[in-house]
Amino acid sequence: MDDPDKPSSLQDLDRRLKAVRERRQGASKPGRHAISSRGMNVGFRIAVELLAALVVGVGLGVVLDRWLGTSPWLLILGFFLGCGGALNNVMRTAKELEAARRREQAQQGKSGGAPDDRAAGPRQGEGSG
Amino acid sequence: MASETEGAEAHGEGGFAIDPMHQFEVHPIGGKIEIGGLDVSFTNSSLWMVIAALAATLLMTLAMRPRSLVPGRLQSVAEIFYETVANMVRDNVGTAGRQYFPFIFTLFMFLLFGNVLSLIPGSFSFTAHIVVTFALAIVIFIFVTILGFAIHGLHFLRMFFPHGAPTWTAVILIPIELISYLSRPISHSVRLFANMTVGHVLFKVLAGFVVLMGIAGVAPFIMLVGITALELLVALLQAYVFTILACVYLNDAIHMH
Repeated sequence: MDDPDKPSSLQDLDRRLKAVRERRQGASKPGRHAISSRGMNVGFRIAVELLAALVVGVGLGVVLDRWLGTSPWLLILGFFLGCGGALNNVMRTAKELEAARRREQAQQGKSGGAPDDRAAGPRQGEGSG
Repeated sequence: MASETEGAEAHGEGGFAIDPMHQFEVHPIGGKIEIGGLDVSFTNSSLWMVIAALAATLLMTLAMRPRSLVPGRLQSVAEIFYETVANMVRDNVGTAGRQYFPFIFTLFMFLLFGNVLSLIPGSFSFTAHIVVTFALAIVIFIFVTILGFAIHGLHFLRMFFPHGAPTWTAVILIPIELISYLSRPISHSVRLFANMTVGHVLFKVLAGFVVLMGIAGVAPFIMLVGITALELLVALLQAYVFTILACVYLNDAIHMH
């Protein structure tokens, strides 16, 4: 075991663990449940992004209106800018999701798993920006 | 939390008197405390926050006590949490995010325990309150904004204007980007809050049906079992999602996409 040429038992264990993990990753196929819950998640995420920007736009408009006494012009402006912001948010979210999907596909292609892009855990779904 | 006994009580008072929002009521424990006109009473919400924090601390310290090379069951649990968050920070923020790992990890454990503990019948789900989630989100938002200015100085303002856009579009684009940026804490907090609230209301309503329908209540009861499993998934997932969004915002501040 102390032979420097041979990998220590711990390294060996690590290697074997990795091999097992890779095999498992290729084999595991989430059921329908994972698909539907993920779709819901995406939908909910986009809905919230859409609403949040609108709320901020209109809220800012109302507050500034009260402050400057320009009612209702800044509210109207805020509404349209909020719409723009909402669109911007949704575009960014869509881009993120698309990037996550691509990455996932590339990963699955590498490990030889199923090419079904939707059948993946929520982990990869929430990608970075 | 959905507990059948409470549903039974509501039914006993006559008619369809299930109040699914009753579970979210905050009330002080052991008298009201006021400091400078502010109500700072120790509420049931605070109690469960303390429990969540203590439980998380206890799990991590106890689990890591053996410090064995080949982890036991409990140590594996702790290591899985650690590795999940460490990977998350590395994937989303890169090596620059390493110094923020303690914060992100604390956030994750707190939310995870808050979400999962709220599934215990009779407990209080503090993550189902927008005040709590919004407070967390706004703290992260302010911290990340200050960090952005600290690292990049006034150059951080470039974030509000996309690269390569014609200068005259700044009139429209900057307000839009600003609104997008300001909407972050809202979308950040609403997702966690809404998911937890919906789950707990669903529990209560279904539990009410179980009581109301008598022998036919087996059907909603089976559904309740399924929903409980789903809610456990949601509890884990939403803690993860909240934390990962914090990482994404941190990354934006450090690297300015």
